[in-house]
Amino acid sequence: MTALLETRGVWQRFGGLVANSDVSISVGRGEIVGLIGPNGAGKSTLFNLIAGVLPPTQGSIWFDGEDVTHMPAAERCQRGVGRTFQVVKSFETMTVVDNVIVGALVRNTVMREARRKAHQVLEFTGLAARADVLASDLVPAEKRRLEVARALATEPKLLLLDEVLTGLTPTEAQTGVALVRKVRDAGITVLMVEHVMEIVMPLVDRAIVLDLGKVLVEGKPADVVRDPKVISAYLGDRHAVGA
Amino acid sequence: MDKNFAARRRRDLIIAAVLAALAALAPLFIKDVYVQNILILTLMYAALSQSWNILSGYCGQISLGHALYFGIGAYTTELLFTKFGVLPWFGMLGGGVIAALIAMGLGYPFFRLRGHYFVIATIVIAEIGLLLFQNWEWAGAAMGITIPIRGDSWLKFQFLRTKLPYFYFALALCCLAWFVTWWLEDSKWGFWWRAVKDNPEAAESLGVVVFNSKMGAAAVSAFLVAIGGAFYAQFLAYIDPESVMGFQFSLLMALPAVLGGIGTLWGPVLGAAILIPMTELTRSYIGGSGRGVDLIVYGTLIVLISLALPQGLVSLFSRSRAKGVTR
Repeated sequence: MTALLETRGVWQRFGGLVANSDVSISVGRGEIVGLIGPNGAGKSTLFNLIAGVLPPTQGSIWFDGEDVTHMPAAERCQRGVGRTFQVVKSFETMTVVDNVIVGALVRNTVMREARRKAHQVLEFTGLAARADVLASDLVPAEKRRLEVARALATEPKLLLLDEVLTGLTPTEAQTGVALVRKVRDAGITVLMVEHVMEIVMPLVDRAIVLDLGKVLVEGKPADVVRDPKVISAYLGDRHAVGA
Repeated sequence: MDKNFAARRRRDLIIAAVLAALAALAPLFIKDVYVQNILILTLMYAALSQSWNILSGYCGQISLGHALYFGIGAYTTELLFTKFGVLPWFGMLGGGVIAALIAMGLGYPFFRLRGHYFVIATIVIAEIGLLLFQNWEWAGAAMGITIPIRGDSWLKFQFLRTKLPYFYFALALCCLAWFVTWWLEDSKWGFWWRAVKDNPEAAESLGVVVFNSKMGAAAVSAFLVAIGGAFYAQFLAYIDPESVMGFQFSLLMALPAVLGGIGTLWGPVLGAAILIPMTELTRSYIGGSGRGVDLIVYGTLIVLISLALPQGLVSLFSRSRAKGVTR
């Protein structure tokens, strides 16, 4: 079976800065893949290329057997790519349920159906009690969940999560982890960017480590965390010696 | 939750119907032509502001150049009528279509601009339109066009002896603009517009084609405003560039919505109901020559409102609501 998502030799340059160089990764159907790496490794850039915020300088991106390299974000969403934002971008003047309806309208043109779908998703993500609250009145952890809910309402095949677990309290993070598992169990493939290793490692099936814009290592989380190259990338060469 | 929502929509519709019915009865008690005149202008500006609110309030693309579409509606109707004998009813629709097309043509480059740059572009374009019409000989240039009046006629939509037909048309236009807004508010477009206004990047990631959403809002908004312009031209029976395309129209479309509550269903109507009579009264009792004191008065009012109630006057009513859509 072909991969759901594939990047082939992707480069992204910003002026003289090379944010991604020759990145080729693939995500299989039903997987939870973690995209990790130290700050400035190029995770967010790669994430934005996949989501369609901008096209790569070079290389191609394939989704569900189709070349989507130059497809705008809105169209990718229609094809089944859902995303969240690292810095939450709620529709602040709208209620929680209205936020989710915007996403649900991708696959439901009749308002009543979109509304029903939105309530289902709120139920699924544990936000049902907050449906009629303005998005601006949510606490940060709830806003993160709203990001996920909105993306889920578009009924994606692939859900891209940009640091949804970062900056949460341990309890909140655990709830988040449970939600991600639930999403995968619903048949949705997940690609998540995180830099907090201890949260993602138990969750993901496979981890891809980026460093300095390149794929450093990829594999089972347990192997990745023991890899000397990874340890050196995160902690410096001195710590890698003993590993 | 859904029940609340449906109930609120139904309640809005009932309130609107009751208000419209009361307004329709008003001429039975108000015989004074001067007061009728104020009522007509109030209804017209309520309709205009409601239409402006679609693009600038719901979709968040603040336009201070809607006088252009107003003028296009007026000129299309009168040029077609005086030059080709086309009845104003057709001219009105034609003007609406032309205005919508122009709005989309202008949107093509300008919707790439953000925030203040977009606002400035709209002002400049409307001023250019004004200059073009001031110099366009065939369209009467600065002298304008006088509409030949042959007596009262619904067919030609002109009335000498009574203002009531104008009153009922303005009321109907106001109801139409309100109803279109009400209907769009709970539609795919309405949701897209609000999403685009709040966060275009997030909207795009949720499948909203931001550019097309703005184009749609611009077209609907310009169409309705042009109908208002056509009405105004018939009402005055005389047009020149300054009196149908001047910058003050752009302001008088924006201010009621801002005063009442921008991006809300009831804001423009409420704002116009307060602002327009006040403007007309200050103009006739204090202003004398026309512009001056009235501008100072509502300038002050806007400052006070934006300081004390930045969400507009409707926020006084919506605070008690469980659902804060109007905020």
